[in-house]
Order: sequence, then C-alpha cells, then structure tokens
Amino acid sequence: MPAGLAAKTARITAKHAWIMPGATPGTAVMELEGTDLGCVRGGRRVFSGVNFTVVSSKPMVLTGANGAGKSSLLRLIAGLIRPAEGAVALTGGDAELSVGEQAHYVGHLDPLKPALTVTENLTFWVRFLNGRAPPGDASAVESGLDAVGLGELGHLPAGYLSAGQRRRLSLARMLAVPRPIWLLDEPTTALDAASQERLGRVMQAHLDGGGIILAATHGPLGLDGAQELRLGPKVAGP
Amino acid sequence: MTAIITALAALFTRDARIAIRIGGGAMIGVLFFLTVVTLVPFAIGPDLALLRRIGPAILWLGALLASLLTLDRLFASDHEDGSLDLILMGRIPMEIVVLTKAVAHWVTTGLPLVVASPILGLFLNLEPVALGSTALTLLVGTPALTFIGVVGAALAVALRRGGLLMPVMVLPMTIPVLIFGVAATNAGVGGTVPFATPFTILCALTLMSAVIGPFAAAATLRHGME
Repeated sequence: MPAGLAAKTARITAKHAWIMPGATPGTAVMELEGTDLGCVRGGRRVFSGVNFTVVSSKPMVLTGANGAGKSSLLRLIAGLIRPAEGAVALTGGDAELSVGEQAHYVGHLDPLKPALTVTENLTFWVRFLNGRAPPGDASAVESGLDAVGLGELGHLPAGYLSAGQRRRLSLARMLAVPRPIWLLDEPTTALDAASQERLGRVMQAHLDGGGIILAATHGPLGLDGAQELRLGPKVAGP
Repeated sequence: MTAIITALAALFTRDARIAIRIGGGAMIGVLFFLTVVTLVPFAIGPDLALLRRIGPAILWLGALLASLLTLDRLFASDHEDGSLDLILMGRIPMEIVVLTKAVAHWVTTGLPLVVASPILGLFLNLEPVALGSTALTLLVGTPALTFIGVVGAALAVALRRGGLLMPVMVLPMTIPVLIFGVAATNAGVGGTVPFATPFTILCALTLMSAVIGPFAAAATLRHGME
C-alpha cells in the first residue's frame, strides 16, 4: 500500500519530506520522454516536432520567446491539453497512474482560496492530492510551510498574502505532497532573491532524491547541469 | 479507497467552509430568497386569498432562482485560480468530484432555503399544511436543481462565458422540477390528485439528475479545458 508507506517515510524524514519524491524505493531512474509533440491552440499551431527526454536528477529548462509554447508544452505533459500529434511516455514510474497524476504542475496561477487560511489551503491540497487523512497530514503541512518560510503565517487568510507569499504557498504544495515529476512554469515569478535561492535548494534536493524537473523560465534557476530545450521559430511548423 | 474518501471529504469541507464564510454563497442564497418572496406581496397587493393560492409557486420560484444564483461560481472560481487544473490532474474521477461539489453546494445553499421556506411561507399567508408540504417538496426537489445546475456551471467554464449564460441555459431544464414540485405542494394541501403521484415523480427527477448531472458536467469540464 503506497499511501501507508509514504506516510511512514514522511514521518521518519519529518522535515525533509520533499527529498523522498513519492516514488517507491525500488524505482531508481525515471525517464520522461516526449516524441514528435505538436500542439494546436485555438486553431493556431503553437509548436510541432518537439522531442525531449528528461531523466531523474537531470533538470531540463524550457526557454523561448513569449508565445513559443512553453506553458502549452507543460500543460500538455500534465495532461491538461491533448497533443495534436505525438505522445508523452514515462518509464520507471507507477504504471497504473498517468504522467499528470504523478506530477506537480505549478502554473501562472496560485490555486488558493482567499477565504481560507494558509494552513487550510495547504491542508486541502495535501488531503486531496495525497489522500493523507488527518491527523497524519498535519506534519506534512507544517514541514511544507516551514520549508518556504510561511510557518508563522499559518493562521492568516490567504487573501492577505502578497504575490510572492502566494507563490511560496504554491511551492509548499510540492513539498508537502511527494510527487516525482515537477512541471514548473516560471516558478520564480514574484519571488525575492532569498526565496529564489531557497527554491533552488529545494529543487536541487528534489533532483538529488531522483526526481524529474521540467521548468519553463526566462531567468536563471541556479540548477547545475541543466539541459536546455529551446522552443521557437525553428521548431514551429507552418 | 480510504485515500479517495479522505480526498472527497477534504473537498467537501473546503467548499462548505468557503460557502459559509463571509462573502460565501450560503447567506446570499437565503437573502435572495427572502428578497424575492418579500417583493411578491408588494407587487400583487394585499389580497390574502390570492397570496395563499399562489404562495407555494412563489416559494418554489424563489428557491429556484436563489439556488441558481450561487451555482455559476461553482467551477468558475476554481477555474480562475487554477484549482480546477490540479483537480483535473488528480487521481479522483471527475464525476465523483462534481458529485461531491454538488452535494456541498446543496448542503450550504439548498438546505438553508428548505429551512427558511416555512418562515417565508408565513409572509404569504400559507396554512400549516401548505408550509409543511412546501418544505417537504423543496427538500426533495432542490437537489435536482443543483444537479441540473452543475451542467450549466461546467458549461459556463468550458465556454469561458460567465454571468447570465448559465441561467439562460439551465432554467429551461428545470421546468419539469418546477411543475412537479408545485403540483406536489398543491396536492398536499388538497385537490383531485393524490400527493404521492407528483411527489414520486419529483423524487424520480432528483434521482435521475443526480446520475446524469455529474457525468455531463465532468465530460464538459474535461473537454472544455482544452
């Protein structure tokens, strides 16, 4: 039973829950592969013929001009939009789950309810995404909030958070709910220098634990050995 | 299995909490119901016999409009802040998610309408039997309004048009519920038709919409998010 196992490992590693990227201990190397991917949005061809391979512990950075299809590619991998052609395949993951079900997707929006407190918001996602029943979820929520420096603000309604704090709360979700694949769309938006550095450390820890990271970005993320996938006119079709 | 129950319980709690906090839908629905029902006697005039005769219909219309008023935000708010993306990516089948959200919506906005209806019925000079039968038919019938409404709420998200599109699409589909709801209420007060006939049809409408609504809404959301 993976849920019980995950609960046990999380209890042991209390504060470092994110280092265990949710994969069962047997799965060493995962490989996320996209072949000949094409995407059409609203009748316009965004990109076509995109190939990539991301393996555990080796991050990939998506770059390209505005409108080159970085966000569309991430949403496509997450399963939120269907590819016009091509396919995304994952080897080494849980065969019974789709790629999206094993992935965290952090998009432009922060999925938070202003009427709920910071803790309530994160608790919801821990319970909904991970199925972790109370009271076992409390430690995951607490360590997630501490890891992004929001531990003091747990009682505050999320409506009072600044843009950067909202983004940090979104990132806390990735730490509180272990998932092997992280799909990040401009994760550093609205983050200050200290938080960006903290995000870099968190991502490095995820990679060291055998996780997969695919991030769309315009600026440097501070990841060692990142391979780059450039989306742009040269891969875009007619 | 327990993971799914935990996840759904969390979803229910979240939606219910948002609804009952300040600015949520629960109080707005009841206040709107109160406003509609209070306005009618002003429009019709102080004809107590007439009010008593059309009272159940007014209560039903008020409840119908009040429950639709709060429904259009059901998926729209989750869509706007990106929550819907994560819910769609999650491991819980969308049909059950829709069903849970619909139940949470009914408990926080439909049930208060049922509770408020006997008090508002007094404004319309209804006799005790009519108050009871209106409350009973609303209790059985308002879930149908919610389950039909979720399809409209999903369409409003999928078509990226909010506001009045939802009621325009949903109100025609609620006509059978309205007909048999009011018919059952009137039959309960007295008349040629036995109470059980329209009442069981009303029950059947609720059960049917509870099955069809979540599937239709889930399919709409899945295809509409593209």
